[in-house]
This record gives sequence, structure tokens and C-alpha cells, in this order.
Amino acid sequence: MIRRLLALVLIATASVFAQQISLTGAGSTFANPLYSSWSGHYHAIHPNVEINYQSIGSGGGIRQLIAGTVDFGATDGPMTNEQLAEVQQKRGTAVLHFPTALGADLPSYNIPGVTATLKFTPAALAGIYLGKITKWNDPAIQGPNPGVKLPGSNIVVIHRSDGSGTTYCWVDYLSKVSPEWKNKIGVGTSVNWPVGLGGKGNEGVAGLIRRIPNSIGYIELIYAIQNHILYGEVKNSSGNFIEADLKSVTAAAAGATKTMPADFRVSIANAPGADAYPISTYTWLLIPEKMSDMTKAKALKAFLRWGLTDGQQYTQPLAYAPLPAAVVQKELLQMKKLQY
Amino acid sequence: MANTVLATPEVPFESRGLDKKQTWWERLRKGDEVVHLITLAGGWSILVITGLLVQHLWVYSRLSRHAFGWHFLVDSTWDPVNGVFGAWPFVYGTVVTSLLALAISIPIGLGAAIFLAELAPRKLSNALTFLIELLAAVPSVIYGLIGIFLLIPVLFNVVPYFQKYFGWLPIFNGTFYGVSYFSASIVLSIMVVPFIISISREVLISVPVSQREAMMALGATKWDVTWRAVVPYARQGIMGSIFLSLARALGETMAVTMVIGNVAQVSTSLMAPGYTIAAVIANEFTEATGDLYLHALIELGLVLFVVTMIFNALARLLMLTMKGHEVVG
Repeated sequence: MIRRLLALVLIATASVFAQQISLTGAGSTFANPLYSSWSGHYHAIHPNVEINYQSIGSGGGIRQLIAGTVDFGATDGPMTNEQLAEVQQKRGTAVLHFPTALGADLPSYNIPGVTATLKFTPAALAGIYLGKITKWNDPAIQGPNPGVKLPGSNIVVIHRSDGSGTTYCWVDYLSKVSPEWKNKIGVGTSVNWPVGLGGKGNEGVAGLIRRIPNSIGYIELIYAIQNHILYGEVKNSSGNFIEADLKSVTAAAAGATKTMPADFRVSIANAPGADAYPISTYTWLLIPEKMSDMTKAKALKAFLRWGLTDGQQYTQPLAYAPLPAAVVQKELLQMKKLQY
Repeated sequence: MANTVLATPEVPFESRGLDKKQTWWERLRKGDEVVHLITLAGGWSILVITGLLVQHLWVYSRLSRHAFGWHFLVDSTWDPVNGVFGAWPFVYGTVVTSLLALAISIPIGLGAAIFLAELAPRKLSNALTFLIELLAAVPSVIYGLIGIFLLIPVLFNVVPYFQKYFGWLPIFNGTFYGVSYFSASIVLSIMVVPFIISISREVLISVPVSQREAMMALGATKWDVTWRAVVPYARQGIMGSIFLSLARALGETMAVTMVIGNVAQVSTSLMAPGYTIAAVIANEFTEATGDLYLHALIELGLVLFVVTMIFNALARLLMLTMKGHEVVG
């Protein structure tokens, strides 16, 4: 009797599990609000698909993907060639990058007596972060801001102390516009800063800027929009001073579409385009080309397709810039490479 | 079953458990063996956990150990992009902030403990002790916020005076940004003071009355009794509370990273920003890409472990020498 019951229970649970598909992903904290929202909305449409996203950071996401403990990864900085080779060697599959949304960094500052929106040139930002421009009334800063009276006080530089995609975006831009930055410092989620104080998270950087007079720091666009933070315009590659907003960030992605490489591992920092905001970046989902579990694989593919198309409507309410249509088209073509 | 219950009263009660001929099974049934096994497992688990911890730190730091060797400890460059890692600024920051925090908190904590145990009326003492134990339970991120919102604005007003009059001292010069070794030390000292007070008070209270009476009989004043009879008697426990505080200060992460400035540099000035081992691990671990970077962070964990061990060993050495003095005194 008991045996029969047990067998019944086993069969019942097995059939439930067969219908219920659970996909696990890990990575970018920056994209976490978006993927959480996607996961909720997708589950509402497809009740049998459960998507668990753990925002453990891009580095952790890549590591877990390589180790094979998650179905997909998410990152704010593309995987390096070494990492792609490692995953190929360890898991026997390539990993494809799929841009899902856009973010941007902006320069925020606190100068006593200055409430105007400052205009920053690439040379000024690179000079400040290299420690070469040390006074607010330096001609490189004062030049583009003739109407503003800048003080002669020392600039206090603020950066992120935690490794982050926000830092990646910022230093990626600096190394694009300054050869000296590229050679001396380089690009990464954490770098060896020549000057400045570190704040933990966007809120840490914003807090330091607020508290320390004559300071400047970089902040993620979403955080700045949600907290009404004063920030400056940045001169783009066409010579226009652009204020960061969702439109100008999408414009940067559109401007960079023509030169987009086939694997989508592209930086859109300082992208061409008259309205493009120069300090913009993609955030990517990392999807394995081959998967052993076909049910999971099919579900993942369907989720990805949904995110790139219907899912885009959830980007703007969360202050992410949506993908340009041309990029979505390219990505849908790229999905044919997935072997499931 | 009933038979055995009836049979037991025949054995004299006193001799139960003392019978050496008891088999292992009998001892197990009577519970001695069970307690023995459980407590033994508890004791061993500490050794096993510590052993596994060290083993893991050792294994997962091998790339960094091989690449940098002993230079890891003395180099000051921390460059994740180019894969150059040196721990010195973090070790320095950890040691400086912890020692300064102790220097601030020991006099305050000990003073408060003596007041609560010896001088304060019992009701006041109990009420205050309750509040102090509450302080010990506050999460560290709250202390970090207190540091940012209350302490740093105050320091912005106070530190310029320090620098005006004592600026010639190397430990006070340089630009003050609010975040600094000094701010971190003050926050840490606030965090550890409850431990010192709470434990020291307990120890002081448990000093036998005979100690006090003997001293009073010799015609000592109240302070003499406290300082020469009670405190020396409680010395071991007080030192214990200080070690515990030191351990907490060395390992504190969240509150420190919020107020220290997170700059990997070594400055003689306490007003300058710095960094600690625990803070850099917490900040960079999640986004660490590349194996060498990860291994360097884990090696930092190993270094912190060793630093803590060295401090504990030094403290024990200090206790031993103090015991020597006790005979003379």
C-alpha cells in the first residue's frame, strides 16, 4: 500500500517537474532591475517558465557561466578572448553576447556657488581623472563654460571603490578619448586610479560628491534620473555638447550599429552621431551556443527572443535606454547560431 | 521493559556511573558517552573549520603567491588591469585603523565598565548595561551611516583646528576630505566600545567581595580598592574583551569602507584616505575578472588571517609577561 502511494507521489512530482522549467542566470547588478522585471512579466505569460536571476556582479556571472553552474550569464563589460577560450575548453561550447539594454555614465559635481550645467570636453575629463587638471578654473574646464565663474580651488576626484560596470563604462570612454589613459591605466571593472577617493556604489559616490566641496564623480544614468542629481554635458565625437538621457544614449547605440562586429562585443563609448551621448554602454546577456538540456535550451531561446522584442517596452520605465531597432534585427539573426 | 525498571533500585544509587566495569553501551545509555561525543564533536569542528579555511585560502591564492611571492606583502601597487598586486596599503590601513580604534576605545570602555561595576547605583548600572548591549547588536552598516551623516560633518568643523595647532605633526597634515583613517578609527572605536564595557563589567562584578574587604581592611580608599585589588584581579577578563574588540576591528568591512575613502595608498597622516583588507575584498570580489585577480584577493584574506593571528599571539605574550609582574606587585 505504502509503496504504491510512494510510486504515485513520485510520478506526480516527476510530471510536475517535467512541465516546470527553471532557468538560472547570474551576473550584472546594473541590469538586475531589468532582468527581474523581465522575469516577472515573462512568468506571467509563460507560467511554466521560472527565471531566477542572481545579481552577483558581472565578474561573478562570467565565472559561474564558465563553471557551468548557471544557464546564462549577464555582464556590463564583454568577455575577453581568454575567457571565451576558457569556456570553450571547459564546457565545449561557444558563448554568444546579446545586448539587451543601454546604460550611461555622467559627470556629477559639487562646486559651491555653481548651479549651472557645466560643459565638459573629453580632454577635460581625462585630464581631471589623470590628475593633470587640478583646479576648477583650469582653461580646459573654463574654456567651454564662458558664462560660469569657476573657483580656483582644487578638484577632488571621486570614483567607485567597488568593481562595477559603471566604472568599466567610464574608463572605457576615457581610454577611447585619451591615449595616455589607455596606455597608463587601461580598462576594467576596477583600475589603479591615479587620483581620487572611492565611494561604494552609486549612492556612495553621490554621497561623497554631496559632502565634499569642489568634487567631481561619475554616476550611472538611472541613479541620477531617479535621484535628481545635477550633472554636466559632455562633448561628443561630432563636437556637440550632449546631455545624457535615454534618447541620446539610444542614439549612441544607433551611431555605432554600422561598425558593430559580428559577435556584438563592442564598446559604444564616443560613438559617432550628432546626438549621440559619448559615455554610453551596452549590457549583455551571455548565452551558450550549445546546451545539453533541450527543454531548457528552447525555453531560454524563447525568453531571449521575447526580451529583445516585447521585453524592450520595460526598459524605459526603469530608465534604461532601449535598443535601436537595427540592433534588434541583427541580434535576431544572430540567434540562428544557437544550436537548439 | 517493566522488569528492568524494577530491577534498577537494587543497585545502590551512589555507585551508579562510578562502576568501572560499565560497558561502552551502558555508558552510552546513561548519557555520559553521548555528552562526551557531542562536546568532542563541537571541539573538533572548530579545528576542522579553521583547517579547511586556511587550506582553501592557501589553495585558491596559489597563482598570486607564485607570481608575487613575499613582494605581495611589501608592494604598494594594486592594478587589476595590468595584473600587478601588492597588499601593503591594505595591511597598513587595517593595522593603523584597528590600533587607533583600540587606543580610543580602551580608556572609554574601561572607564565606563569601572563606573558601572563599582560606582554606579545598581539600577542605573542595569539600565545602562541594557543600552550598551543594544549597541553591540546594531548592524555595522548603521555605524557606517552614522559615520557619514553625523561624524564626518562634525569632523569637517573640528579637524581644521587640529590642523591649525598640530599641523606640524606629520599625523595631522594634508588635506582633509572627511573620509580618512581617522574617521574610520572613530567609527570602529564606537563599534567596539560596547564589547569592552559589557564584558569588562561582568568580570569586574564577579570579583569576590573578599578581595575588596581585604584591601579596605588595610585602610585603602575606594579608588585604591578598585584600581589595586579589583582591576588586577579581573585583568584576564578585561584583556579578553580587548582581544575580542581587536578581532572585530581588524575584520570590520562595511562601516570602514563607507568612511575610509577606499584609496590604495600609504600615508603617515591619519587625516588622509586609505583602505583596509576587509574593505577591498568586499568591494572588488564580485567583479573580479581573471584568475590572478581573484587569487590576489583571496591571498589578501590569507594575509588578514595571519595579521589577526600575529595580533592574538602578541596579546597572549603580553598576558604572560603581565602575570610575571603580578608576583612582584
